[in-house]
Amino acid sequence: MQFFFEVLIGGLLSGVMYSLVALGFVLIYKASGVFNFAQGAMVFFAALTFVGITEMGVPFGFALILALGAMILLAIATERVVLRPLVNQPQITLFMATIGLTFLVEGLAQGMWGASVRGLEIPGIQDEPIEWMMENTGIGVSKFDLFAAGVSAVLVVVLAIFFNKTRVGRALRAVADDHQAALAIGIPLQDIWRIVWAVAGLVALVAGVMWGARNGVQFALTFVALKALPVLIIGGFTSIPGAIVGGLIIGASEKLGEIYIPPFVQSTFGIETSLGGIEGWFPYVMALIFLLVRPEGLFGEKHIDRV
Amino acid sequence: MLYREAGQFKASYKEDQQIFPIRQDRIAIALILAFFYLGVPYFASQYWLQGIMIPVLIFSLAAIGLNILTGYAGQLSLGSAAFMAVGAFAAYNFVLRVPGMPILVAFVLAGLCAAAVGMVFGLPSLRIKGFYLAVATLAAQFFIVWALTKFPWFSNHSSSGVITAQKVVILGYVFETPEAKYLLTLGVVTVLALLAKNMVRSSIGRSWMAIRDMDVAAEVIGIRPMHTKLMAFAVSSFYCGVAGALYAYTYLGTVEPEGFNLDLSFRILFMVIIGGVGSIMGSFLGAAFIVLLPIFLNISMHMLGDWVPQGLASNLELIVFGGLIIFFLIVEPHGLARLWQIGKEKLRLWPFPH
Repeated sequence: MQFFFEVLIGGLLSGVMYSLVALGFVLIYKASGVFNFAQGAMVFFAALTFVGITEMGVPFGFALILALGAMILLAIATERVVLRPLVNQPQITLFMATIGLTFLVEGLAQGMWGASVRGLEIPGIQDEPIEWMMENTGIGVSKFDLFAAGVSAVLVVVLAIFFNKTRVGRALRAVADDHQAALAIGIPLQDIWRIVWAVAGLVALVAGVMWGARNGVQFALTFVALKALPVLIIGGFTSIPGAIVGGLIIGASEKLGEIYIPPFVQSTFGIETSLGGIEGWFPYVMALIFLLVRPEGLFGEKHIDRV
Repeated sequence: MLYREAGQFKASYKEDQQIFPIRQDRIAIALILAFFYLGVPYFASQYWLQGIMIPVLIFSLAAIGLNILTGYAGQLSLGSAAFMAVGAFAAYNFVLRVPGMPILVAFVLAGLCAAAVGMVFGLPSLRIKGFYLAVATLAAQFFIVWALTKFPWFSNHSSSGVITAQKVVILGYVFETPEAKYLLTLGVVTVLALLAKNMVRSSIGRSWMAIRDMDVAAEVIGIRPMHTKLMAFAVSSFYCGVAGALYAYTYLGTVEPEGFNLDLSFRILFMVIIGGVGSIMGSFLGAAFIVLLPIFLNISMHMLGDWVPQGLASNLELIVFGGLIIFFLIVEPHGLARLWQIGKEKLRLWPFPH
C-alpha cells in the first residue's frame, strides 16, 4: 500500500508538469481558437534559451527575464507571420501551420544554442526526498516535485486573477467568447493574440525550466510536451481547471498503469517477454477511450464538432 | 498552340468519362511513363535510383494514402508512418511464415493488414473530427510502434525488432540490382496511383469529398458517414501499408519499428501539404520535393564550406521545412499541384493572354 501511494504521488507530481504544458495550449485555444501544436516546441525553445543565457554567466533571475523577453518576441513574430495572414482560415489549416511552426521553432532553438543535452539547476532546490515525511509515513516525496507543484499552483492563481480581475483579462475572455462581438466593441484582436501568445510563452518558460531541471534540457522535451494533448482531451480544450485535473489524471494513471498493468497482462496471458514501457502510448489510448465516451472532456464546453 | 482541346469532341459517355479526356494529356502521360520505365533505368546512376528515385516513389505512394484520407475525406491523421510499419512487418511475416508465398501477394496482404488496423484506429472518426482525431491517430502511432517492438513474434525474435527483408523473387527472377528494384517499385506505384486516380473521380471519391466538405449535408443526401469514413481509413492505410512493404523490400532492406516514428508521419503530412491537399499529382510532386530538399540543402551547405557554422545544416533543414509549410499554407494552400494546374491553364491559352 505504501508503494502504491508512493507511485500515486510521484505520478500526480509529474502530472503537474503535464498540466503546465497543457495550460499553454488552453490559453491560446481559448483566446484564438488555434490549437497550438507548437506549445511543446515553445517549451523546448524557452528552456534552451534560458540555459543558453545562464551559461553565458548571467544570474538566474536576470536570465529568466531575458528568456521571457525572447518568448515575447517569439509571440509577436508568430502573430505577425503566421496568425495574421491565416485569419479566418479553417481551424485545421491553422493547426497544420502550427505543426510547421513546431519544426521552425525547434530548428531555431537548436541552431542558436546547439543540440547537446544541458543540465539546469534551480538554486536552493534539490531533487531529494523530504525528511520528516520519509520518517513519519515512509513515503518519499521529492522536494523538487513539491516545489514544482507549488510554482504551478502560484501560476494558476496568478493566471486566474489576471483573467478575472484585470481589464486585459476581461478583453481576453470577451475574445474567447465571440471574436466579432469583441471587435465590435473595440477590442483590438491582434493585440489580444500577441498578449495571449506571450502569456503562453511565459507558461512555456516555467514548464521548460521545471522539466529541464528535472530531466535536463534536451530534444526529448518536445515529446513529453506531446503528452499534453491527451491531457487536453480528458480535461477539455477550453478549461484551465480541466488542464490541471487532466494533467493529474494522466500523470497518476500512466505511472500506476506502468507499474501494475504489464505484470498483470503478462501473468494472465502467460506472456514471458516484458511488456513495460507502456507509458509511451497509455495516455493516448486513454484519451481515445475518453473521446468515445465523453468527447468534450471533463470540464469542456458541451458544444464540439460532433459528426 | 500545342495544348488545345478544340476539335476534340466527346461523342459517347465512355469518352466523356475517360481518365485523360484531352489527347495531349494522353500523349504526355505516355511519354512520362516511357521516360520513367525506359529512360531512367538506362541513364540514371545507381545512387540516383537507390537513393532518390525509389524513395520518391515509395513516399509518393504513402502520400497518396494520406492524401486520400486527409485531402479527399478530410480526416487529419498523424499516424501514417505506423501504418507503413504494419505493412512492412506484415509483408515480412507473410513471406517468412507462408511457404511459397508470392511476393506481390504478400504486398497486397500486407496492405490489407494495414487497412484492417487502420479501420480500428479510424473508429473514433465516427464521433470526432479535426484535431481531436489528430490526437486519436497519435495513439495509433505510438501504440503500433510499441507493439512491434515489444512482441518478438512480429520480428521473428530478432533483437530490438530489426527485420531484414527477404530476397524479392517473382517467377524465379531475383530483384537485386537497383534497376530491377526501381522497376518493381515503379510498377506497383503506377498501378496503385492509377487506381487511386480512378477511385477519387468515381462515386466513392465523390462521397469522400462530400463528407470532407460538410458531413451533415452529405448524410442528408444519402451518403453513409460511417461506411465512407471507414472506407477512407481502410484505403488510405492500404496504400500506406504497401508503401511500408516496399520501403522494407526495395528501399532499405533492413527496417526497425523505431524507423517508422512520428517524424516520418510528419514528413508524409508535409509532402501532402506542400504537394497539394486533395491531388494525386500533388502527392508525387510533394514527395519529390521533400526527398530532394535535404539533399539540395546538404549540397549547398558543402558549397558554402567552412563559412557555415557546425550543426546548422540539420537544423536548417527543420527551419526550412517548418517555414515552407507555413509559407505554402498562407500563399498557396493547394500546393505544388495548383502551380502545375496554373501552368497547364496558361499553356492552354498561350500565346494569348486571355
